[in-house]
Amino acid sequence: MVEALIFYMFAFVLIASAVMVVVSRNPVHSVLFLVMAFFNTAGLFVLLGAEFIAMMLVIVYVGAVAVLFLFVVMMLEIGKVSMKEGMVTYLPVGLFVGLVLLAELVFVYLGWEMAEGAADRRLFPTPDASEVANTHALGQIIYTHNVYLFQISGLILLVAMIGAIVLSLRTRPGVRKQDIADQLDRRREDAVELHKVESGAGIK
Amino acid sequence: MMDHAFLQDYLPILIFLMIAGGMAVLAVLASWLVGRQNPDPEKISSYECGFEPFAETQGKFDVRFYLVAILFIIFDLEIAFLFPWAVSLGYTGAFGFWSMVVFLGILTVGFIYEWKKGALEWE
Amino acid sequence: MVTFESLNFSPAIPEIFLAVMGMILLIFGVFRGDKGFRLVCWFTVFSFALAAVLLLHLADISSLAFGGMFVTESFAVVMKVIVLTGASIAVLMSMQYAQREKIARFEYPVLMLFSTLGMMLMLSANDLMALYLAIELQSLPLYVLAALNRDNLKSSEAGVKYFTLGALSSGLLLYGCSMVYGFSGTTNFNDIAIALSAMETPSAGLVTGLVFILAGLAFKVSAVPFHMWTPDVYEGAPSSVTAFFAMVPKVAAMGLLVRVTMGAFGGIAEQWQQVLWLMAAASALLGAFAALRQTNIKRLMAYSSIGHMGYALIGLTAASIDGVRGLMLYMTIYMFMSAGVFAVILLMVRKGQQVEEIDDLAGLAKYNPVMAVCLAVLLFSMAGIPPLAGFFGKLFVFQAAISGGFYWLAIIGVLSSVVAAYYYLRIIRIMYFDTAENELDRVEDTPSLFMMRGTAFLAVIFALIIWPLFHVLHEAVERLLAI
Repeated sequence: MVEALIFYMFAFVLIASAVMVVVSRNPVHSVLFLVMAFFNTAGLFVLLGAEFIAMMLVIVYVGAVAVLFLFVVMMLEIGKVSMKEGMVTYLPVGLFVGLVLLAELVFVYLGWEMAEGAADRRLFPTPDASEVANTHALGQIIYTHNVYLFQISGLILLVAMIGAIVLSLRTRPGVRKQDIADQLDRRREDAVELHKVESGAGIK
Repeated sequence: MMDHAFLQDYLPILIFLMIAGGMAVLAVLASWLVGRQNPDPEKISSYECGFEPFAETQGKFDVRFYLVAILFIIFDLEIAFLFPWAVSLGYTGAFGFWSMVVFLGILTVGFIYEWKKGALEWE
Repeated sequence: MVTFESLNFSPAIPEIFLAVMGMILLIFGVFRGDKGFRLVCWFTVFSFALAAVLLLHLADISSLAFGGMFVTESFAVVMKVIVLTGASIAVLMSMQYAQREKIARFEYPVLMLFSTLGMMLMLSANDLMALYLAIELQSLPLYVLAALNRDNLKSSEAGVKYFTLGALSSGLLLYGCSMVYGFSGTTNFNDIAIALSAMETPSAGLVTGLVFILAGLAFKVSAVPFHMWTPDVYEGAPSSVTAFFAMVPKVAAMGLLVRVTMGAFGGIAEQWQQVLWLMAAASALLGAFAALRQTNIKRLMAYSSIGHMGYALIGLTAASIDGVRGLMLYMTIYMFMSAGVFAVILLMVRKGQQVEEIDDLAGLAKYNPVMAVCLAVLLFSMAGIPPLAGFFGKLFVFQAAISGGFYWLAIIGVLSSVVAAYYYLRIIRIMYFDTAENELDRVEDTPSLFMMRGTAFLAVIFALIIWPLFHVLHEAVERLLAI
């Protein structure tokens, strides 16, 4: 009973904030509503028993991705008006695509029929939460049975790193940086030049 | 819906969230109800050391913030993989250990790359 | 308990080697700086060659690795060798172009290497999760490469467009994967096939999931109606990157499509045949008609590649050994022909500036007959004029369609290739009969010149080497379908 109530609360706030992401006039507000949506999704995941995913959603999406989105919104300096310009023209198309996806979901729901023995074929059935904690259960399969996927994820992260640096790193010329080794290496002879100056002659 | 005993563990968080939300609503509502509302144009005009604000509050950010944020996300994800690894290391044993070492090795290559490239410096 | 032995990762040694080489080259490059560009390029090609040698050692083994997520058999090996050949050609052709266009950064070949690694993993994917991750590993470097010329507005636009639409297609793909998983309870291709055989009529959920997966993969091969990104990305990306786009990822994506349709979903062929029928016919027609009005040669090649994907899909629609063999032959020929045409595009320089209008080729035959002859041969081959290579590609594909009973599809294919011949011939007419206002420079770009001549030569003598190739492909397909 309480669980159902909490589910509806999270679900309602999630959908409401998702709508606000799209319709709010100020892009910064959109991002903040997105954070709200992430939080509520995390709540839903907890209800499903996927605790680890829920916490990751908070750490990665709320903590990092939303911040990145804020930076991007600030970086692009999107005016409050310009962002909504296409709204009216694209609304019918967007609604149409959304309706198609929704219709498909309904259609699938009505005609759903599991393959025989599908439940037994699952590779890693979720263990009982009272025996094995969710995070522990994930740890038991990610690094051993799914080591292949795990290492490809590592490579994808590496490529993402290269990509981000290739596309957005610019080194400005003429910036003076601190170079400790260079500074310590400096000798008196390199820096100081002594001249014997005759009075009245000056230095050439 | 399945019966989850562990959900009981989340009860304090739920209560905490409710109290936090309640306090926020209360603070706004109370100041609105209790405070005397008597605005005039001068009172509600913007105030910045006596001047009109010069620019929008949303200044343009440097693209370097983006780079820092995205590198942060990548390492954040790397850390995320460490949690289940740490709790289940006793079960997965040597294989699990080396599997993570290889993963960290791949990302360390990336780390050397970005360090050497100067992506972590702020000029 | 999983141990090092139970995983059996030896079939993946070529991929592991390539991943390690990628990381070594990244570190090497960052310590050498961008002046090490040529060296990193050569090392990349060298790694590709070594990986191919390692692959050929595995040619007779067909085995599963990593708990059934990774499969290798002669089909995968043949496709991977084709991919590695294409990637090597693309890297070699890029070397001078990248330096001319000032995009010669050492990350360029490293990204190509990681993308190629992703393609190899795609060709070996035997699990929906492995499929998704392989596609991502293949696509991410391509998004970056498209936007590599970051100070150029068109290049950045190409990168953003490609990325946005690519992310959308990944979303569709994942949606489909989750539906298939929900239906069958498994992500492994072999188990999906078993689950299917247990059903008399496939459920609506499964078919919907399959359609979404096909949509996601169709995006990768740029088949209509998921082709919209192709012209803009081809035009905007640096030409050497476009060459890579045109040649290699499509071969890998087609191989994956074959494995998904014929392997995992082979039991419900009549379901996906309808979808592929539509995509093949629409791609062939759109490729032919939309290309007629193009003036930019890269855009023209984009539409031409959409059309070619349509012809290749005709082979898959037949869902037979003949059809898949036809597709593999088609993709091999297509890859070499694109390599040749893009070599010419890379060589189109006037007064030190890269040009890419078709009219820039006017009168080429008068002042650079070798280049004109090579391009003419390649275009004739692409149009499918016998006895050049492209003719055989089309021949076997249409033959498979007819023997599979897809007469209308074959007719559409033949008609659209007649239309397509018009725009190929138009380029040849411009080269031979128009007069040059400004001549193109003679660029001393040895790899590109070599590829241009080599592929043209290959197109001419293809009739002589087709049978051994045919034999290899036939055996590979038989092995694939026997599993």
